[in-house]
Amino acid sequence: MTIIEALDIGLAFLVLGVAGWTIAAHEAFTAVIGYVVYGLLLALVWVRLFALDVALTEAAIGSGVTGVLLISAAVRLRASEAEMMHERLGIAPRLVAAALCLVAAAALAAVVLDMPDPGATLAPQARQPLAELGLGNAITAVLIAYRAFDTMLEKVVLVLAVIGVWSLSTDANWGGLAGPTRLERTEGPLAFLAQLLPPLGIIVALHIVWVGANEPGGAFQGGALLSAMALIVLMARLREAPAIGRRWLRVALISGPVVFLAIGLLGFALAGGFLAYPLGFAKPVIVFIEVFMTLSVAATLPMLVIGPPDRRPS
Amino acid sequence: MTSLLVWSLAVPIGGALLAFVVGGRRVHWFALATLPIGLAIAIAIAAALSRSSGPLLYLIGGWSPPLGVALRADWLSAIMMVITAVVICGIAAFACGDFISPRPAEARRPFAFWILLLALWSALNLVFLSGDLFTLYVALELLVFSAVPLVCLDGRAETLRAALRYLLFALLGSVLYLVGTGLLYGACGTLDIDLLAACLRPEPVTLVAASLMTAGLLAKTALFPLYLWLPAAHAGAPPAASAVLSALVVKGSFFVAVRLWFFVMPALPGEAATQVMSALAAAAIVFASLLALRQDRLKLLVAYSTLAQIGYIFLMFALAFDEGSGRMVQGSALVGGMMQAISHATAKAGMFMAAGMIYASLGHDRISELGGIARAAPLAALTFLLAGLALIGPPSSGVYLAKTLLLRAADNTGQWWWAGVLQVGGVLTSAYLILVVAHALAPMRRAPTPGHAAIPRLQQAAALALVLCSLVLGLVPWQPWLPLPVAMSGHGPLGLAALWSMLWPILIGVPVAYLLGRRGNRRPWRVALWLEDADRLLRQWPTAGASLVAVAVALAAAMFFGR
Amino acid sequence: MNAATLAGLSGAALIGLGLYGVLTHPHPLRKLLSFNVLGSGVFLMFGIIARKGAAAGLAADPVPQALVITGIVIAFSATALAVALLLRLFAVDRSATLRPDATIERNDRSDA
Repeated sequence: MTIIEALDIGLAFLVLGVAGWTIAAHEAFTAVIGYVVYGLLLALVWVRLFALDVALTEAAIGSGVTGVLLISAAVRLRASEAEMMHERLGIAPRLVAAALCLVAAAALAAVVLDMPDPGATLAPQARQPLAELGLGNAITAVLIAYRAFDTMLEKVVLVLAVIGVWSLSTDANWGGLAGPTRLERTEGPLAFLAQLLPPLGIIVALHIVWVGANEPGGAFQGGALLSAMALIVLMARLREAPAIGRRWLRVALISGPVVFLAIGLLGFALAGGFLAYPLGFAKPVIVFIEVFMTLSVAATLPMLVIGPPDRRPS
Repeated sequence: MTSLLVWSLAVPIGGALLAFVVGGRRVHWFALATLPIGLAIAIAIAAALSRSSGPLLYLIGGWSPPLGVALRADWLSAIMMVITAVVICGIAAFACGDFISPRPAEARRPFAFWILLLALWSALNLVFLSGDLFTLYVALELLVFSAVPLVCLDGRAETLRAALRYLLFALLGSVLYLVGTGLLYGACGTLDIDLLAACLRPEPVTLVAASLMTAGLLAKTALFPLYLWLPAAHAGAPPAASAVLSALVVKGSFFVAVRLWFFVMPALPGEAATQVMSALAAAAIVFASLLALRQDRLKLLVAYSTLAQIGYIFLMFALAFDEGSGRMVQGSALVGGMMQAISHATAKAGMFMAAGMIYASLGHDRISELGGIARAAPLAALTFLLAGLALIGPPSSGVYLAKTLLLRAADNTGQWWWAGVLQVGGVLTSAYLILVVAHALAPMRRAPTPGHAAIPRLQQAAALALVLCSLVLGLVPWQPWLPLPVAMSGHGPLGLAALWSMLWPILIGVPVAYLLGRRGNRRPWRVALWLEDADRLLRQWPTAGASLVAVAVALAAAMFFGR
Repeated sequence: MNAATLAGLSGAALIGLGLYGVLTHPHPLRKLLSFNVLGSGVFLMFGIIARKGAAAGLAADPVPQALVITGIVIAFSATALAVALLLRLFAVDRSATLRPDATIERNDRSDA
């Protein structure tokens, strides 16, 4: 066994151990902390699978932004846990559930071991048109050219999630500032970080978007980093979240899908089909779309994390 | 012409995004402006399809599968799209009575409702058109994200809880579907439906994928025993939302299941698995119809009726299996199932609207206190009655055509037991309708709560129109679109035999309703109590979750060993 | 055993763990956490399929990786919507239980 193999096995056990701890932990808050650690370890696994784009996304979203969301939820829901203790299942139903889950996991594990290696792949087909598109990163090409339609729809899903979250406000609070009622402005390390980090974060995020065409990175990862900066500022209460009726906010939220859809429809006139890019101009068009996707991701994620308006509009 | 497929998606999505950014009190204008365009596009696609020799195909971005994503419109997509457009128009007309901002400013409920209605429409069109399994996954998620907030627009605790249960269970279903998608990609290196159909072989990886995906889709469609989320969600939502959820949203995941079994992997499931599917369907029909008899609220009765009808549309799986070739065939059983789905879509939308109007005019929807409703809200009561009739299936209706096709398929394949289930279902449907009618004909017990507004004419018209639609679906000349046996066209609408086939279930339904129905404080039969206990158990999360995994395991076992 | 197979097996185990949590935890927040563990296990399955599709000078098949990125975004949106629902439910009802007839039972109790 080489060092690398030993490290891989160690990593796998660590991931499974932390995941098991997350499931088994007594308190929700502990479980969420476990989940954040788990997300970071998982990002390492993705690095080992040579999937850097996924690793970046997993670290930013799967661990980072989801972590912030769940930690604040766990804090606000702490009072609900005691009441539900008596709903815990007895040992017999647990065993039944465990047996069923074991069957499912075993079937999947058997399938994994049974898979041919090398397996079916679209890598050669995905690689071939890259030069024509002016891209170096095949994953970006899948996301924004070959399967552009899915990516556009996924941005629509984000907008729908915002509408769903906002719809959980009350009639009286509709149009108010997004997020829970204002707390005291924090001093100390968080406020300091919130002043220090954003300028750095914005630069790094723009870099990630820009290199995404050729190297790991892209609109989603960059947008996620930008949204993390926005969240730090919001959480340190340096700035208030905007009112949900603000026009600029709504424009920013839908800019990604709208620009994507509009360029797709323009393709009918200019490139002979929906979501087709004009020959020779593919790269600038793609960068144009990515800029707006970054913007709408950066606006959407913080709105999803801070939740519906909880105050009357002023 | 094939660019219409793109427009049928782009128009409602564009409308929703535009409504979101402009907002204000006139957000409904965007929806109302989108409706006729969307309806026209759906009809144009159906017309183009009737002239075309095969399915309409559109390659997005010019990238052909396996790398790219294709949209395909075949006869299934076309009829579902037209019916969906019609139902959405009816629901929108109805919603004009409930979801117009009362203030000069933007209001929460109308804003969410109209935008989500458009989004939901685009999601359904995508479900019907997508030729790619992962795009179908995205479409199903779009559908869930637009459906869940509709459940709890009124913000009451019980609807919030219903919405959360719905979301969590639907997500579990999605994840099972997603893992299957990944495995199929691993097996064939493509997600395109046609390419997969040519490539898939019955081997462990594809069978595991097929059973996981099917179980996930059944959870999203709420087929027995995976229905924990449906009754509360469908009965608690505002009437227009209930109509859309019951009539259309459950048909989305049903449609994906049909795509999967009949188009992606017709040769994979094998006979035993089709019997498992139909057995679940039969259980749904009998169990949910009996429970409908035990409800004390009208909207809950309608929700359990939906559960039974979901059983009807899944019953065709065993009937569509051809023993000779070992494949699912796209013949009269499939047509029967789809016909049942569209008839239910129109009738149930009208029924939920009627139940909503009854609630509005009485201030409650307790079945035992429906007396006098025929005088308080005559048109709403009539609409409810006609909707119930449409579910039983008089000779001109879509349900009659569907039943004829399914009974014939049962006859041809020698599976008389499924025909028996259909007949029992007809009797039980009549029984719960009779129960409602009996209570409605009783004298009024107390004056309706004062202060309620009159029901807008437009609402009454919309509900009635949809129900009438369902009642005449059997007369539509379907030949250009459906692989229908020639003898089925223009069957004598009022033959004595046809009339009798509708009458006898109603005659038997009377004693069944008397014996099993909930009537005041009378002590029910012990069987009825057992049923209610079973229902409570199945609506508990651990039971439903374990059932989901068990269904997946059962399907996998049937596919492995029953071929 | 190489890193890809190991990741695939971990994925299968994570799916089992997550599924168990979703089935047995009564608290919706814990169900949601378990759902995310389950989801990441599913994504790892895509990861092994991508890795086994390494060809044409690419270390992994880009298509499944792109699908995972889309999937992570959708899973996050779903989590955010569920958290918002849950917080609202708790604010309205002072209880986060998912038991079907919880509200009705409470009303009955306060009536009595």
